[in-house]
Amino acid sequence: MGRVIFHRSFVVGLLGLILVLLVSLPLYHPSTYVLVLLTAIFMYIVLTLSWVIFSGPTGYISLASAAFFGVGIYTSAVFGKVISLPLVIGIGALASFFLALLVGALTLRLRGIYFSIFTFGLVVLIQQLLLWWEVVKMHTRGRFVIVVNNTTIYYVMLIILVVLMFTTYLIRRSKYGLALQSIGEDEEAAAHSGINTTVLKTITFAISAFFTGAAGSIMATRWTYIDPYIAFNPLFSFLPVLMAIFGGIGHLFGPVLGATIFGYLEEVLITKFPYYYMLIFGTILVIAILYLPGGLVGLMQKWQKGDLAGQHGNS
Amino acid sequence: MGILEGEGVSKFFGGLAAISNVDFDIDHGDIVGLIGPNGAGKTTLFNLISGALVPDSGVIKFRGRKISGLKPHQICKTGVARTFQSVRLFANISVLGNVLLGALFGTATGISSRDANREATELLEFVGLSARRAIPAKDLTLTNQKRLEVARALATKPELLLLDELIAGLNPTEAAQAMELVAKIRDRGVTILMIEHVMKAIMSICNQIIVLHHGEKIAEGTPQKIATSKRVVDVYLGEQVHAGS
Amino acid sequence: MGMTVLNVVISGLLMGGIYALIAMGLSLQYGVGRVFNISHGEFIMVGAFFTWALFSAFGVNPLVSLVIVGPVTFIIGFVLYRTIFSRLRIKSPSPAAFEGSSMLAAFGILFIIQNIVLAIWGANIRGYTYLATGVNFGGAVFAANRLVTLSFAIMIGLAFYIFLARTRLGKAIRAAAQDPVTAGLMGININLVLALCFGFGALMAGLAGTLVSMCYSVDATMGLGYTIIAIIVVVLGGLGSIPGSFFGGFILGLIGSIVTYIEPGLSLAAYYGIFMLLLIVRPAGILGR
Repeated sequence: MGRVIFHRSFVVGLLGLILVLLVSLPLYHPSTYVLVLLTAIFMYIVLTLSWVIFSGPTGYISLASAAFFGVGIYTSAVFGKVISLPLVIGIGALASFFLALLVGALTLRLRGIYFSIFTFGLVVLIQQLLLWWEVVKMHTRGRFVIVVNNTTIYYVMLIILVVLMFTTYLIRRSKYGLALQSIGEDEEAAAHSGINTTVLKTITFAISAFFTGAAGSIMATRWTYIDPYIAFNPLFSFLPVLMAIFGGIGHLFGPVLGATIFGYLEEVLITKFPYYYMLIFGTILVIAILYLPGGLVGLMQKWQKGDLAGQHGNS
Repeated sequence: MGILEGEGVSKFFGGLAAISNVDFDIDHGDIVGLIGPNGAGKTTLFNLISGALVPDSGVIKFRGRKISGLKPHQICKTGVARTFQSVRLFANISVLGNVLLGALFGTATGISSRDANREATELLEFVGLSARRAIPAKDLTLTNQKRLEVARALATKPELLLLDELIAGLNPTEAAQAMELVAKIRDRGVTILMIEHVMKAIMSICNQIIVLHHGEKIAEGTPQKIATSKRVVDVYLGEQVHAGS
Repeated sequence: MGMTVLNVVISGLLMGGIYALIAMGLSLQYGVGRVFNISHGEFIMVGAFFTWALFSAFGVNPLVSLVIVGPVTFIIGFVLYRTIFSRLRIKSPSPAAFEGSSMLAAFGILFIIQNIVLAIWGANIRGYTYLATGVNFGGAVFAANRLVTLSFAIMIGLAFYIFLARTRLGKAIRAAAQDPVTAGLMGININLVLALCFGFGALMAGLAGTLVSMCYSVDATMGLGYTIIAIIVVVLGGLGSIPGSFFGGFILGLIGSIVTYIEPGLSLAAYYGIFMLLLIVRPAGILGR
């Protein structure tokens, strides 16, 4: 009876229904609060899913999400007044893409820990560089961002999310998805099977950054004033990791589930218990790492034991 | 015709020579055995050929073209495949998936996923794993894991196959089956270079043997010649007699 | 001209002393315990906050606080290792998996510690003045507190080095760093040693925090910058090499001082530049394994 839930056409139908609902939502004049909340949840799903695209199968833990997010935010601030919105988002996404290519080319040839360390400090590095640039060269700190109405932000975020989910699905189903997994299983054996691991890792990392950057570009319009500290916040490296691990990395819906739960909690708790909720999030991450290696979805799948051990090891 | 040539190949770790000035010339269609005591440098030599390591001096050529210095994935695509001493599979990927990866990425020319699927299925048939195609690789027995590793290597359409201790850990029946498989692979036109400790197998199937000791080549020739070489017996085979070759 | 050079050099050494301490601590945690503790900077921050709190509330001399803060951060580190990391080590299927999951767990701990401090003391920047008077040194004037900081940093560093080289426990630690399995077979209680190492690493961070608070302002987000610097020094000096971290700290401090003299605000970028160079050319660092 439980098996029916993962049947392919059922899932597609369900997704289609949800999509229709979400697209038509603004027509029912929901409150600003609901619109903004949903947009935020979409954003967290995008951040988490894009993190999982690379770090999930390969096991290379990127802590650079906040850096790419920030790059997206800053492109919005810099170009927002001069260029149309879609172009701004495109530039933000591409800037993150190329930054990731650079970082990947430098560090993905080395052991995973060096990659993680490098990405960890990237947020603060860019933050300091921008700060220096603004203070010393421009003599101002921070910028003002153009204002965009909430419904537009909602739709743009939704579009980014849908494109991302589609991309994730395509990658997973393709030979590259399988190759990425093999890199995570045994990189040397993968290389000996003909896979150009460095190139594949770098490009996948860049794709992941692309979407994170796009999300940053559109979300920037939610803050009217940004400076390097606001835009480059390590929190946005932490949250995707938390959401993915808690939700479950190996499965498509794990990150979505994790992002929805924590995205909702974050938005709700941030005003009432600013520091306590972060404390709890940190604790949950530690507990999840210790006791919930497959995440929430992994837990659910254990209950459904006997489910076909997937064609490529994941559903 | 020499399919694999090595000239003056050396590799140092710190001050220690793991491989020292080794020459070799392997002919197309041969099954060549690579033997020697533990620590002689056999797996290091494999690593140098497959690209996992880069020689400090000397040159390795495959079909006349230099491959030393190339990356493993490039060398794989030129037609050299290998298995590993400690079987290295993609544990959580299915048996079919493991072989599929070799078929999809291991050749220089592109391949459609339908063709790759077909080839992978054929190979599973060839090694006798068709019934287990959907099982994750980690759930296989050791014997089957070794079969899978061979299938994955063959999926890359190699002209030269490096087998690293294929028989280790197998009982006599399984070992005999493994040797049959090796013969069948040779019959498909693949040249084989194999590291082995089990003398009976080496002597029975190889037509050439290379002996390494402390990183140097100390002997080379037919099984007959090697078995009767005093030097080799002293250094290596003497031990083997007691090990129940 | 000579005066400027002296200025830059001494400033560099002052900062370098702090860097040396925090890098040694991190090196110990990674070199022996194999935990890449990215929450290291938070222990520095805790040390700094504690010292400030003790000074502001009870007028406790910061140098005295060294003796209080040290044990506190040591215990926190020790307990964290026993409860979280040792469990993780047992559960991890491979050393590489442990490296990854322990780093992530440290990431969680980073946010836990930072937010506990924020919840207690808020987000405002704190500070106090202690020994802010000028001292004449070779013709240039330096703040007394910075000279005291440097002296203590060197003393603590040397004391630690002697501890590792001479005492039984120190030797056990070095054995465990070389080869945990054999060390265990030799009768060394590996679990205890690993936890102690982590605790000592936290101790160094706490002490460094106290010293930092004597010269600079304190706020809940200060930790991250120090963590990154510690990481760069550890890579510079060779992952896991304690003497390498000690000297690497001073080298980085000097470089930072030179860069700050030329173009203030770019010191972190310079460190990262060096970091990138090292990763490309020689990831094993200067004194690396």
